[in-house]
Amino acid sequence: MAEQKTVATTGNLVVAEAFRQCKPDVVAAYPITPQTTIVEEFAKFVAQGRVHAEYVTVESEHSAMSASIGASAAGARVMTATASQGLALMWEELHIASGMRLPIVMANANRALSAPINIHCDHGDAMGARDAGWVMLFAETAQEAYDNTIISVRVAEDPEVLLPTMTCLDGFITTHSIDRIDLLDDETVTGFVGEYEPVNALLDTDNPVTHGSFAGLGGPYFEFKKSQRNAIDRSKTVIERVGAEFSEISGRPFGLVETAMMDDADVAIVIIGSSAGNARHVARELRAEGMKAGVVKVRCFRPFPAAEVAAAIKGCKAVAVLDRSESFGAEGGPLYLEVRSALYDLETRVPVVNYIYGLGGADVRLELMHQVYNDLSDIASGSALPGKMVYLGAR
Amino acid sequence: MQQLTEIRWHARAGQGAVTAAKVVAETALSADQYMQAMPEYGPERMGAPIKAFTRISDQPIDIHCNIENPNVVIVLDDTLLDVVDVAEGITSDGVLILNTCTPAAVVKKALGLPDSVKVACVDASGIALDTIKRDIPNTPIVGAFMKAAPGIIDLETFKGLLAKNLGKKFGQEMIDANHAAVDRAYEEVTVA
Repeated sequence: MAEQKTVATTGNLVVAEAFRQCKPDVVAAYPITPQTTIVEEFAKFVAQGRVHAEYVTVESEHSAMSASIGASAAGARVMTATASQGLALMWEELHIASGMRLPIVMANANRALSAPINIHCDHGDAMGARDAGWVMLFAETAQEAYDNTIISVRVAEDPEVLLPTMTCLDGFITTHSIDRIDLLDDETVTGFVGEYEPVNALLDTDNPVTHGSFAGLGGPYFEFKKSQRNAIDRSKTVIERVGAEFSEISGRPFGLVETAMMDDADVAIVIIGSSAGNARHVARELRAEGMKAGVVKVRCFRPFPAAEVAAAIKGCKAVAVLDRSESFGAEGGPLYLEVRSALYDLETRVPVVNYIYGLGGADVRLELMHQVYNDLSDIASGSALPGKMVYLGAR
Repeated sequence: MQQLTEIRWHARAGQGAVTAAKVVAETALSADQYMQAMPEYGPERMGAPIKAFTRISDQPIDIHCNIENPNVVIVLDDTLLDVVDVAEGITSDGVLILNTCTPAAVVKKALGLPDSVKVACVDASGIALDTIKRDIPNTPIVGAFMKAAPGIIDLETFKGLLAKNLGKKFGQEMIDANHAAVDRAYEEVTVA
């Protein structure tokens, strides 16, 4: 295990640290509201000469991703950060980045989309981009945000993958709070991510290539999409492998899915992000009272670890999937849809209910987790039937 | 069992509550504790009522939400008492620390708090004006907090960290003034 420095700081700051330690060649960013201080801190590192990167100040988030795409296609290691409306403005470029198989790493501070205007935490921004062909990791804590960022660089650039990777952390709760975090030293991180060896770089003039060219009717567009599908499917084992390697250095666990108290759980909450700890805290309290409660945290959303989630909850008598985003008009939130689908092939039918929680930063009070487990307990004992989607704690 | 202390700060924006919440958390880290510090983010307007939170524990802290049942409430401005229910949800053995010239017993009665809740009052603004020459009550009130709620963070560690943080921007004079403010509040705080 490598030596580490324990610090009291914010999620934004440690993601900026991870960026610096990963030594990107180019960072393009725009300070849209809401942007985070990730790019601000990184800009400071550039100004101080602590990292040798080309820092491109662009005129919009759309341009931030466009510049990232151009730099990545040229053969540079590229990182950027965004949030909320910024990610929304990047939408068309997100698809171009993945279609051109560019290993850009982007931090996204999960924040609500307007309207009404709200800058606080939810996963609506990232979930809106879930079909864009990016690998997507979610952090529960600032520590995980730091770890995920470093892991992302290796995953994105793996020759088996070559896909852009989004590393998400909860807006304000994780980005702006002061937390206790262990940082690796520069050499360890730089050594772990290694030198970037671009594939099909435009600036490799000895081997001229074209990127993102016309592939219209009758062209290879369809096959391109199939190769993207194959790549993101392959990324699963790469994420696991890189994560395990990182765990050896950091001493911290990394799993696509991380479970707590699930071995004999009757009831479970499946959740993403910073509220997973709230669920664990309450599950521990309820275990002391005799309820067999557990938590399944999904740390990797794309590719979705369906088999792992199904294996974790298949023995449960009732499961709640908590979504911090909407998929209006669908049967439930994005995570719920994935989990329900993952369970379809099981021999036994596990009752699954969906809760939408914490939109626009609505506080995820512990009593809300109690409410969910109590509902699950009623379903598990047969005294209640699984109901329709619930807006948890809505007035 | 986890030893978790939850502190809720009430102040007006600009009084340094967020900084104080952070330095208290850093002090806890220096003693190898686990900690969190976060403001309740809202529109940033000088003088508007704000809240901040600090959690300190001997074990990793899992929860990420606002603090509704604080063990400690620290209020940096007594005019907030007419505006905000500062004692809301305080635990039955909790401590409320207030920057005011009003005697602690009077405050305790006015807030209608039970005997089991300790109220500690200190003229942190007056002390700050005397020592630091500016009405920044956040440093002295931490001194009062350490006296009224002992055993959570250490006085000397806090002062050491204060010197380190202030030393980045200011000279020894400012460090001494802040240390004097902390010591005076520690001595002068009265409890009911």
